[in-house]
Amino acid sequence: MYRGGPGQWAWLLHRWSGVAVLLFLLIHILDTGLVLFGPQVYDKVVGLYTHPVFRVGEVGLVAAVLYHALNGIRITLIDFYPELTERQRPLFYAVVSVFVLLFLPTAYLMLETLLW
Amino acid sequence: MHIRLRVKRFEAGKDREPYWSEYGLEVEATDRVLDALHRVKWHQDGTLTFRRSCAHGVCGSDAMLINGRNRLACKVLIRDVGDHIAVEPLRGYPVIRDLVVDQSAFFRKYESVQPYLVADGEPPARERRQSPAERERFDDTTKCILCMACTTSCPVFWPNPEYVGPAAIVNAHRFLFDSRDTEKEGRLARLNAGDGVWRCRTIFNCVEACPREINITRAIGEVKKALLLQKG
Repeated sequence: MYRGGPGQWAWLLHRWSGVAVLLFLLIHILDTGLVLFGPQVYDKVVGLYTHPVFRVGEVGLVAAVLYHALNGIRITLIDFYPELTERQRPLFYAVVSVFVLLFLPTAYLMLETLLW
Repeated sequence: MHIRLRVKRFEAGKDREPYWSEYGLEVEATDRVLDALHRVKWHQDGTLTFRRSCAHGVCGSDAMLINGRNRLACKVLIRDVGDHIAVEPLRGYPVIRDLVVDQSAFFRKYESVQPYLVADGEPPARERRQSPAERERFDDTTKCILCMACTTSCPVFWPNPEYVGPAAIVNAHRFLFDSRDTEKEGRLARLNAGDGVWRCRTIFNCVEACPREINITRAIGEVKKALLLQKG
């Protein structure tokens, strides 16, 4: 394991979250496509998503999309303003802070009905 | 103080797999990792093989992976890495023996960016003049000592040995932003290729690894921006 700094972990999380979102999109295209086989088939399959496993998975999806979007803004800013490379660590900590601020209440709202 | 020094060993053409050798030795906390390697080579195990030349952080010969980070062995003090030290060869290039890697591919990529002044037209009677501000524009990238620490710390480079790599881009930057140079288009075209600057994912491992504290990701970003604005 190469012991890189925050930039390396920011990149790795960006990759993992990107692949996770891509996998979701593939599944989403498949399940939406089921409507071609009739509304009953579609309803039955999409109904599976109310299962707690999928509900928790949806929270993971929100985390992946949120992190990917926020870190994407960080990378885009650094790309357009190379002088921001001097501030890449604080920028990453800002990404993590905004992520936590937005993710925690969202996760609570999404799982509230599941918990009690 | 007593330290335990582990070195990843391998000899091309002889060993099938790399293996670790472990040495115990007494050193001062203010000794450098290179001093410890020297002591092992001179007094314990003459077969231990590594590169070093000036031993003062200028020639760039002794970059290696020390406790998981690319560092110059001659600049790292024992007290900064602790008493358990693991040393491995730089990643991404074939190991010739122990800590010595084959640098040919690295220098081919370095040469591909034309790392020298190209100035068309008649040479002036005296020097090619440049203002302090023009010189300042590329000051950071003049500091490179070609130690390979940046390129071999790059996660994009490890699986894509074709990637031109941070070191070559730094040396292209040094001439791209030199007011006296006239070979901008060729260098930019070379860095615009599939294995050029666009491979950079702003991971910053190169910046953290550079023993000369060059802001490499910034230099790469400036080349990307120059390409973008040139196209627009």
